[in-house]
Amino acid sequence: MIGAILCILAGVLLGLAAGWWLPPHGRRPTLVHRGGARRILLPFSGESVSRRALDAALRLAVAEDATLMPAYLAAVPLTLPLDAPLPARAETVLPLMEAIEQRAARRDVPVDSRISRGRTSRDALSRLLDSEPVDRVVVPAGSGADAGFTPEDVAWLLAKAPAEVVVLRPGPADHEVVTGGAVRGHF
Amino acid sequence: MAMATETTTGRHREPGTRGSHKVFLGMAPGVGKTYAMLEEGHELQRDGVDVAIGVLETHGRVETARRAEGLEQIPRRAVTYRGVELEEMDLPGVLRRAPAVCLIDELAHTNAPGVEHAKRYADVADVLAAGIDVVSTMNVQHLESLNDLVAELAGVRVRETVPDRVLAHADEVVLVDITPGELLARLREGRVYPAERIDTALNNFFTIENLVALREVALRQVAESVGAQRIAYAGAVGTREESLPAIQAVGDRLLALVEPNPQAQRLVRRAWRSAARLSADLDVLWVRSSRDMSQEDERGLAALRQLASLLGAELHVIDSDDIEHAVVEFVAERGSTYVLLGRPRPATGLRRLRQSLPVRLMRRLDGVDLRIVADRAQRPEREW
Repeated sequence: MIGAILCILAGVLLGLAAGWWLPPHGRRPTLVHRGGARRILLPFSGESVSRRALDAALRLAVAEDATLMPAYLAAVPLTLPLDAPLPARAETVLPLMEAIEQRAARRDVPVDSRISRGRTSRDALSRLLDSEPVDRVVVPAGSGADAGFTPEDVAWLLAKAPAEVVVLRPGPADHEVVTGGAVRGHF
Repeated sequence: MAMATETTTGRHREPGTRGSHKVFLGMAPGVGKTYAMLEEGHELQRDGVDVAIGVLETHGRVETARRAEGLEQIPRRAVTYRGVELEEMDLPGVLRRAPAVCLIDELAHTNAPGVEHAKRYADVADVLAAGIDVVSTMNVQHLESLNDLVAELAGVRVRETVPDRVLAHADEVVLVDITPGELLARLREGRVYPAERIDTALNNFFTIENLVALREVALRQVAESVGAQRIAYAGAVGTREESLPAIQAVGDRLLALVEPNPQAQRLVRRAWRSAARLSADLDVLWVRSSRDMSQEDERGLAALRQLASLLGAELHVIDSDDIEHAVVEFVAERGSTYVLLGRPRPATGLRRLRQSLPVRLMRRLDGVDLRIVADRAQRPEREW
């Protein structure tokens, strides 16, 4: 009888201790999610990003438990200092970043966005690759006029990037892009 | 005999000191600057102050002329230029009459050649130097530094400009503001220009786009003047500790409290969006603890720097182990009116006994709004 009471008391005490230690919502506290160890870079330089490239990057991130790193490559004109504020571009880039994050969130892919500046998009990408370790770079091939990378850019990237480069062939759905239009003014 | 006088602000002034200058600023003709100046004159006169009109430009507006009744007008003087007789403010006459307060309309006016000064604002400087308080008027497009901006916005370049120092040295700047719609209604009713000029005005300068842009410029200009006065006042109060309470900005200043992790990017984006809506400045602050920075922290900080510089925001890093104290000091120093921070991590163990950072900040930051930015929220996305 006494043993049973002691067992119940021990159980109650254990329960109280667990309740004290656990956070209020009943789950173990999670560390601030810094994403997976692997990082998948998705560079873009315009006002939109190829939907195929984004989807491919997200599929890879899910498969590899990786963090998506969308990076805006800001080409700063020579007339401005390299670190000059670019408010007009911020108006289009930030909503786009938000739209990308929302798509990634639907697939539970952590995102760690970047902005890189250079005198050209290629210069900005080069600076980014010098400072950030990445495991894969996903780029859509294109004419350069659309959201894709030109053959010259792709060739340069293959030679320069210290990571696997995934180049998406041009496809019929290349006109589909993600822009910040859906979230502009709502985030 | 020189006598001590009261200024328009009720300040006691000793003889020999400069008069005080109050400017009624408007976005365009017709908003009611001159009317407001005359109202001020009547009010002062009722209070027993000696008021006289140095010069009044009614532009044929009946309401304005009627409002001037009951106020003494110092006669203008005739100036002949190329055979044409013009009437200008009689500066020597004003100085001789020496009222306590002189109402002088249209600061930007160009005088006819042959009088003391080429510009009316120079006449006003003489009047002020004589210890006479002046109440005057001007439109924002006449301000020298805004001339290019206004020309770009409105497509109209004005030739009569007033140096910025005139407004900067004014003791008071009062914005006479009405909505563009109301001004257009006044114009159509013939209360601004005579009937024959209404159509031309509506087709040129008085478009809704121009007026909205000019109104914004005028509002900003006055906000800046008030901000400059606030800072000057805070500086004049004395020590930093004494001046801190004076740092109560009328405009908003946002502070995004971040850590160099991926979530910070979203927090800064949110803060930037809010700052843009409020036309406010944005500061980004990381209170760095004494622990060593990891490589990940360094990369996160570099990413925040890039983002902040794109947005034109200022990124600050303060080394402190007492985040609450560091934030409170920073807010007081910068005059922040909003603080945005991420959702705090759930506390465990003994930390549960302590209040969360937002609650502690809320208790200590009187008059400062606190906003907790939620974790990644999914929003319905429009299909293209």
